[in-house]
Amino acid sequence: MEVFVVSLLNGLVYGMLLFMLASGLTLILSMMGVLNFAHASAYMLGAYFAYTISLYVGFWPALIVAPVLCGLVGAAIEMWGLRRVHRHGHIAELLFTFGVALIIEKAVQMTWGLLPVPYRVPELLDFPLFRIYGTQFPAYRAFMLLISALMFGAIWLGLTRTRVGLVIQAALTHPDMASALGHNVPRIFTLVFAAGTALAGLAGVIGGNYQVTEPAMAFTMGPIVFVVVVFGGLGSLTGCFIASILMGLIQTFAVVFDVSLADLLAKFGITVTASTPFAEILTVTLPRIGALLPFLMMVLILVFRPRGLMGTRDT
Amino acid sequence: MRARSGISILLGLVLAIAGMGGASAQQTIKVAYTDPLSGPFAQVGDANLKQMQYIIDFINAKGGALGKKFELVPFDNKSQPSDALIALKSATDQNMPFIMQCSGSNIAAALIDGVNKHNDRNPDNRIIYLNCGAVAPELTNEQCSFWHFRFDLHAAMKAEVMVRALPKETTKVYLINQDYLFGQSVQRELRTYLAKLRPDVQIVGDELIPLGKIKDFSPYITKIKASGAQALMTGNWGPDMNLLIKAGIDAGADLRYYTFYAHLAGGPTAIGAGGDGRVLSVMSFGENVAPELGNKEAEEFTKGFRDKHKFDFSAAGYRTIFEYLQAAVNKAGAVDATKIAFALEGMTIRDFLGFETTMRKDDHQLISEYFVGSFKKGVKYDAENTGLGWATAATVLAKDVDQPNTCKMKRPR
Repeated sequence: MEVFVVSLLNGLVYGMLLFMLASGLTLILSMMGVLNFAHASAYMLGAYFAYTISLYVGFWPALIVAPVLCGLVGAAIEMWGLRRVHRHGHIAELLFTFGVALIIEKAVQMTWGLLPVPYRVPELLDFPLFRIYGTQFPAYRAFMLLISALMFGAIWLGLTRTRVGLVIQAALTHPDMASALGHNVPRIFTLVFAAGTALAGLAGVIGGNYQVTEPAMAFTMGPIVFVVVVFGGLGSLTGCFIASILMGLIQTFAVVFDVSLADLLAKFGITVTASTPFAEILTVTLPRIGALLPFLMMVLILVFRPRGLMGTRDT
Repeated sequence: MRARSGISILLGLVLAIAGMGGASAQQTIKVAYTDPLSGPFAQVGDANLKQMQYIIDFINAKGGALGKKFELVPFDNKSQPSDALIALKSATDQNMPFIMQCSGSNIAAALIDGVNKHNDRNPDNRIIYLNCGAVAPELTNEQCSFWHFRFDLHAAMKAEVMVRALPKETTKVYLINQDYLFGQSVQRELRTYLAKLRPDVQIVGDELIPLGKIKDFSPYITKIKASGAQALMTGNWGPDMNLLIKAGIDAGADLRYYTFYAHLAGGPTAIGAGGDGRVLSVMSFGENVAPELGNKEAEEFTKGFRDKHKFDFSAAGYRTIFEYLQAAVNKAGAVDATKIAFALEGMTIRDFLGFETTMRKDDHQLISEYFVGSFKKGVKYDAENTGLGWATAATVLAKDVDQPNTCKMKRPR
């Protein structure tokens, strides 16, 4: 019970962090069809910007300023780079964002150095909020949950209850029609790209001190975010939300259950010994492959339900 | 006729230039250094390079060897064995007598193999492989080579040092290691030495994690707490170590962390003030060792690096390497790999901290003192400007890590 409750909380926090990252990417991917490899780089930039800003004016202004800066970087990339590449098709866009990701990483290394930077949780939130079965639950994690929940609410309201949101939704599914009706679709693209990057930046601001701010953070976070987006389905914020929480919980609980396929077979009266075929694979315990489960699930969903959990069209 | 004389003049010119090149090459003793200088592990190679350069400048100021200066020639290997072998090829093409490599036992294994083959085929252009940190025990046992000299304790020795540092009150430990060659050997050796030296200690959990894939270690901490462990022992490095300790401190777990690499670049920053008195690391050197011993000269040497660079000096072991090279080249009387290798065998040197060290003849493994540092407040030199630094919790002498080996050394005639 104790392990279950604590793991549930941990899984929720991690899932919400994933959601903050993935929500921006899912907007960009479903609207522009761009598989933005530089998305996790925006996450890293958010963390580094927040670190530098917090050195001068503290964490709270950084919480606002750093995502805005990331959004500006995103807008610049879209307006002066992606838009030109767009006419050469998706492969060109893909390669372009891949290049941008590498450039950002190198730029970060050259600006802030190769070592992790001491970006810390603000003192106001640096205390254990409550204890549960002897394990502290840091206030900062509750804050992360709060921010991401607010963000989910804001995006959802923005997309469904505002005029801009409706135009975005229209441009999502019928870009030509929206354009024909007099809406400036390229500007909407820029807006969405900037907003998506800003969201990733916000995730970086609150994820950078929860984890460690270092130049490799983009590359470690990148793949899992793609998994979430594909799993959740294109064009669906709800799907993305469910997928994020699911991935967070799966990775958390996989660690806790020390079971292997051999244990499962034992229930049916089959004992696995060293001489059994595939004994190596059968005796691998769940925690050892826990981090790979999301990728396995992505493969499965691509085979059996290519549009993802709640997707409106095929990937 | 005319054309022919033109060619001969050209030939003469080429020979003259080649001769000049040869002459200038003879003035320095070149050491090829190959480690990741780009990519995700670039920080490791970069920090090593700066520390080695500082040490080489110092050794050269003391006269180098045979009146020649040492020169470091870096080659990026991007953490790839294939690239390390390309570096080896360039080094042998330029007749360099030494190649040095520090990180990655898989790369080290490839290099040993490459160096063996090269030296067999080219008896007049041999090269010595100086291993400054690839610590899989196999490299000086099953795979041992006459041309390979290891200047860092191997994983089994470090595991023994770690087990010896475990206080009497600790009776329940949890092992977490990375699921690849190095992590698995740490796991195996820790189990062996716990059983041998501390039969009272119970291993309440033993886990392998996928290398570099875990972003959130909180679930592991939950599991470790539930197991009732008092100490966590880990060979993890990089993000796998930083995030693990950070998660433990955030959850307020009452644990002590026994690590191999918490003192290396980035570790102290990631751990932060929350780790006060909780994190221990098995290390060849810490900046507070010299002042604790009252060794003024060693303290000055360490401080000299700090004044020049923005990061900590952790590589006292590298100075020992170059002191061995200096002594061996002088003893060999020539810059000749075979002679130097024979000179290095069984050599003893008192290192700059004042401890006896030996390059063991049987397996070419350096036997030296080792330290266990505890990360805490109130030390003379703090680490990475965190206000906390490494105080020496235990010093293990060379004779205590002198583990047996199974090497069957083949020496050239």
